[in-house]
Amino acid sequence: MGLTAQSTGIYAFLEELKCGSGAQTNAVIALAGNPNTGKSTVFNGLTGLKQHTGNWPGKTVILAKGNYQYKKKNITLVDLPGTYSLLANSADEQVARDFICFGDPDATVVVADSTCLERNLNLVLQVMEITPKTILCVNLIDEAKRKKIEIDCTKLEEILGIPVVPTAARDKVGLKDLKETIHKIAFAKKIPQPKQLAYNQDIEAAIYEIQQEVERLLQGRFNSRWVAMRLLDGDTTIIKEILSYLQRMKMDQEEGLGKCLEVECCE
Amino acid sequence: MNNLEIEFNQLVGKAQTVRNRLGAVRDQIVKGLYQQAQYIAGEVVKTHDRRDDLDRKIDNIVTSKFFGYPLMIALLSLVFWITITGANYPSAMLADLLFAFQDRLTAFFQWAGAPDWLHGVLVLGLYQGLAWVVSVMLPPMAIFFPLFTFLEDLGYLPRVAFNLDKLFKKAGAHGKQVLTMCMGFGCNAAGVIACRIIESPRERLIAMLTNNFVPCNGRFPTLIAMAAVLMGAFVSGYNSFAASTLVAAVVVFGILVTLAVSWVLSKTMLKGVPSTFTLELPPYRWPKIGTLLIRSILDRTLFVLMRAVIVAAPAGAVTWILANIHIGDLSILAHFAGWLQGFGHLIGLDGYIVMAFILGLPANEIVVPILIMGYLSKGAMLELDSIEALRQVLINNGWTWLTPLNMILFSLLHFPCATTLLTIRQETQSTKWTLLSALIPTAVAIVVCFVVTQLVRGLGLV
Repeated sequence: MGLTAQSTGIYAFLEELKCGSGAQTNAVIALAGNPNTGKSTVFNGLTGLKQHTGNWPGKTVILAKGNYQYKKKNITLVDLPGTYSLLANSADEQVARDFICFGDPDATVVVADSTCLERNLNLVLQVMEITPKTILCVNLIDEAKRKKIEIDCTKLEEILGIPVVPTAARDKVGLKDLKETIHKIAFAKKIPQPKQLAYNQDIEAAIYEIQQEVERLLQGRFNSRWVAMRLLDGDTTIIKEILSYLQRMKMDQEEGLGKCLEVECCE
Repeated sequence: MNNLEIEFNQLVGKAQTVRNRLGAVRDQIVKGLYQQAQYIAGEVVKTHDRRDDLDRKIDNIVTSKFFGYPLMIALLSLVFWITITGANYPSAMLADLLFAFQDRLTAFFQWAGAPDWLHGVLVLGLYQGLAWVVSVMLPPMAIFFPLFTFLEDLGYLPRVAFNLDKLFKKAGAHGKQVLTMCMGFGCNAAGVIACRIIESPRERLIAMLTNNFVPCNGRFPTLIAMAAVLMGAFVSGYNSFAASTLVAAVVVFGILVTLAVSWVLSKTMLKGVPSTFTLELPPYRWPKIGTLLIRSILDRTLFVLMRAVIVAAPAGAVTWILANIHIGDLSILAHFAGWLQGFGHLIGLDGYIVMAFILGLPANEIVVPILIMGYLSKGAMLELDSIEALRQVLINNGWTWLTPLNMILFSLLHFPCATTLLTIRQETQSTKWTLLSALIPTAVAIVVCFVVTQLVRGLGLV
């Protein structure tokens, strides 16, 4: 009832993700970023050879998954498709957005190209609107240096309100810091408080107008501000997805199978 | 429907009301994001690199409201001017060479005592068609493609897409459509395949159905030759500058038709809202001339030429046969043309031209050769080694300045070639859309030519 092909897509993927990798996973980390930011290099640098690809059912988008151990925790990393935004104009953007939104990753790392940070910040801001557990990885810092571009990461951290880690993934510079930061965020030693971007007055007033009602309906499941914005935007793909998610949750509650996900797939 | 769904739908309805009041919410959200990104980058990024600054300064001019379009049109005209003037001389030389060889071939056939029909099919049909296609098409292509690739490698084309994005959005289409049109300049079939970059099926269909309004490489020689004929024979004081301006104007007209048809489609058959996308403006780079030449000559020029040759050779032979088998005292070709004469006249063409377009369905490259063969089969044997000779043939066949103009318009707007149609069939998996992709342009071509013709004739201009 109410489950669309799209919604089964992500759940099937999640089930496979949680159980298919053999060893118990302690945290799932999403890796997002614009195309050509060295995202795959970061992914390879973190996971080494422990990788496999998985198909997102119903979409012709292939996601790479990998594992690594850090401080005795087993971390699963999901390499999302490279996108410029999460406004869901393409299958890639939809998959990336759905994973960050419904996949409930323990942290989302956004890899940015430090030689054109401004363009990359769009995606960072959008991810921050969905989840507070966002980490910004400013990659290609060596190339920026060569191009005589300086980035003040401390200030960036301050403005955004999320951890910022500079890396040069090709030379494995900064990857250890990144692992440490992921560890901190994923295991809740430090929950970032991202500064929310304030839109113009009209938009803010409109968000305020429907946010309460959204909140009541969502019961704290998602960021109500973000959902309110998507409703205002009239983005039908996400609206459908949220409804089927809520219905699934309700169904689970009614049947008293709150933890059905794990039970179903790991038996 | 359960309670949750009802409540949720109510909320969606409420949001819709608010949205309708606000107007373009998506645009405001995107603007907010961009402003914030710009602000943050301004705070934390320090750049000591001058090149980026220069890029920005150039972009400010190239994509400005004031200079953007004029610069685009000027560059387009310049490219055509270089192509037309530059192609004249090598074209004539190639024609001399190839037609001199034809005389040798004829001599050889006579020496070998071959029957007339064999000489006709192979030399007058196959070889002459081929020689025409090569001498008319090769030089402009060998100039046009490297120039076009140069602009592409330089990083100018994404700026063109950027400039035109607004117009396409207004037409209910996708900004990326411009990029597929750029591919269409090379080959419409390639342009149709390039439409894959558009994710929304609605906008992709619009882009596919209208790609044909960009003159492909097979039609450029026709357009260029007709522009030269029009400006040379019928307007006093021929100069290549006027001809190139005309070709540029034709391309701009094609873009306007694309916009108009896209708009109509998005309001009727393919309703919907255009989606936003991010277009990366890459830094300007001075292209590597060596690789540029190799790539544009090998990958594009020779590729397209080979395709044309493969189609033109048999088509030349078939046309010769049609022109030389007589039923009564007229050839099949003449019968066919005579049958189309009334319709042709109505839209300012003649039976032979309409026939050439129909027989040219396999490839647009062979329209002019078929036309010439059709005219020549009526008797007068001429050696076509220059635009001047071509002009003479045309005038002998009752052309006025209106005829090449309509020929240009019809060539620009008519049905796509068979390859493109097959590609559309493959990409859409739908016979309906394939048929429409042939019918819509043809209808537009007929209407435009008809209106122009009736207007000109009504005003007594010819």
